[in-house]
Amino acid sequence: MQAITDYIKRLFLWELLKGMSVTGKYFFAPKITIQYPEEKTPLSPRFRGHHALRRYPNGEERCIACKLCEAVCPALAITIEVAPREDGTRRTTRYEIDMVKCIFCGYCEESCPVDSIVETPFFEYHGDKRGDLLMTKEKLLAMGDRFEQQIAADREKDAPYR
Amino acid sequence: MPEIRNYTLNFGPQHPAAHGVLRLILELDGEVVERADPHIGLLHRGTEKLAETKPFNQNVPYMDRLDYVSMMCNEHAYVMAVEKLLNIEVPIRAQYIRVLFDEITRILNHLLWIGAHALDVGAMTVFLYAFREREDLMDCYEAASGARLHAAYYRPGGVYRDLPDHMSQYKPSQWHNAKEVEKLNANRQGSLLDFIEEFTRRFPKYIDEYETLLTDNRIWKQRTIGIGVVTPERALQLGFTGPMLRGSGIAWDLRKKQPYEVYDRLDFAIPIGKEGDSYDRYLVRMEEMRQSNRIMQQCVEWLRNNPGPVILQDHKIAPPKRETMKEDMEALIHHFKLFSEGYCVPEGEVYAAVEHPKGEFGIYLVSDGANKPYRLKIRAPGFAHLSALDEMSRGHMLADVVAIIGTQDIVFGEIDR
Repeated sequence: MQAITDYIKRLFLWELLKGMSVTGKYFFAPKITIQYPEEKTPLSPRFRGHHALRRYPNGEERCIACKLCEAVCPALAITIEVAPREDGTRRTTRYEIDMVKCIFCGYCEESCPVDSIVETPFFEYHGDKRGDLLMTKEKLLAMGDRFEQQIAADREKDAPYR
Repeated sequence: MPEIRNYTLNFGPQHPAAHGVLRLILELDGEVVERADPHIGLLHRGTEKLAETKPFNQNVPYMDRLDYVSMMCNEHAYVMAVEKLLNIEVPIRAQYIRVLFDEITRILNHLLWIGAHALDVGAMTVFLYAFREREDLMDCYEAASGARLHAAYYRPGGVYRDLPDHMSQYKPSQWHNAKEVEKLNANRQGSLLDFIEEFTRRFPKYIDEYETLLTDNRIWKQRTIGIGVVTPERALQLGFTGPMLRGSGIAWDLRKKQPYEVYDRLDFAIPIGKEGDSYDRYLVRMEEMRQSNRIMQQCVEWLRNNPGPVILQDHKIAPPKRETMKEDMEALIHHFKLFSEGYCVPEGEVYAAVEHPKGEFGIYLVSDGANKPYRLKIRAPGFAHLSALDEMSRGHMLADVVAIIGTQDIVFGEIDR
């Protein structure tokens, strides 16, 4: 009996029709596709994208040039040079992240004792020519100014877990 | 009669069915494969040597990049090796989180495998459906670790952060109005655990759909049954592990044979095949996804009821909380010490292995007492499988080589390391 039903099923392409019915079901079902540039998938507050250097609310840059991020960076992507500023505080004269080397592990943010270097949810960037992806201190500070609200909100949301 | 010479064909490294950068020299007699000679090394990045120059903690992100479709399992083997050397006990909650994410990783890997394998053999649709589920799982990855692929989430001593209580949500746009977005966000109202639980409820139905598309399909059966047969004895001799070994009928699974973390407390079964051909390995992997789903459900249940620390409280090994670090001088010193010098592990050598989605993934670690490994050896399951490619494909047709590469689940990140 089993052999006969199997034969009939095979003859009438039963398993192919069943497969087609799955495809057919999804053909008419609502689509899950996201229309990317206009809408985006949600990113968690922990997302690790482009880096930024933050400032305090009074405009003073946070980085104190402790060089911990430089030491912890597994890809050796961070370069820091230090000199005292006129007012005697210790600041970086050069803070560069080579985005070509960076592996986005998030260790720099984890190590930073003053929450200065952070990874923002911003991931849509590119470079037109060689050197464009070498992020200088100015570029990183500008990123920080641009995304400060988002950065602060994300850090606040994630603070209980860190 | 003229002499017929064998035809040598260069397959890859740019061939889409080569699963990355496999260069295969095929010696063909007509369309029958006489010899298959895989050339490896095109993705060699020197991870083992690189690890010798970095403190123990900084090697974790490089482990992600070995087998880049099952990231957290690679990390797991590495952190287990370091923990063994340090002789530390991981908090129980961290163990459950690790098991949960190992199983998520297994499903992620098998979904990519079924999609790519079916695509190689000629079934397009499964690929699309598999990637839909991968999207959900990668959201879990991202919610926990902050990255969709290269997580760097496991740390020696536990995991970096506890699972979040909130999921981020879709926002209305010109394409989806508020009502549609509400529907998209329906499973994102609660915590990450709720999100995962909702997924585990849906997922078995999706596996049924994949099986409807493939298991009985005559083309799929013709292309996989009797292809790449490996006898149980030969599979053992060739050093097969994981689904490749279980497909040949040997019930070997490190999760059962030498349970690590909390696998001995969980209820799951390990499927084995009968014939040792591609079709059996397909069935084994499909069943493994169902079993992973079961493990995930049990982990979610446990994690919901048992809050606690997720990383060691010993600040010689794991950094202190950020808040304490900012207020307490001693904590700040620990913080600086850990992120600059790291920690020294006792002299010795260990081997730690996990049941990776592809097989036994092991890390052999030698320490000379410094803050960096003296030597790190990676035992990649794919390497043993690929070296059997010649034997498995000999006598088959050219098109079957693609099916055999598919069934081996080759990923070059781990083979070339």
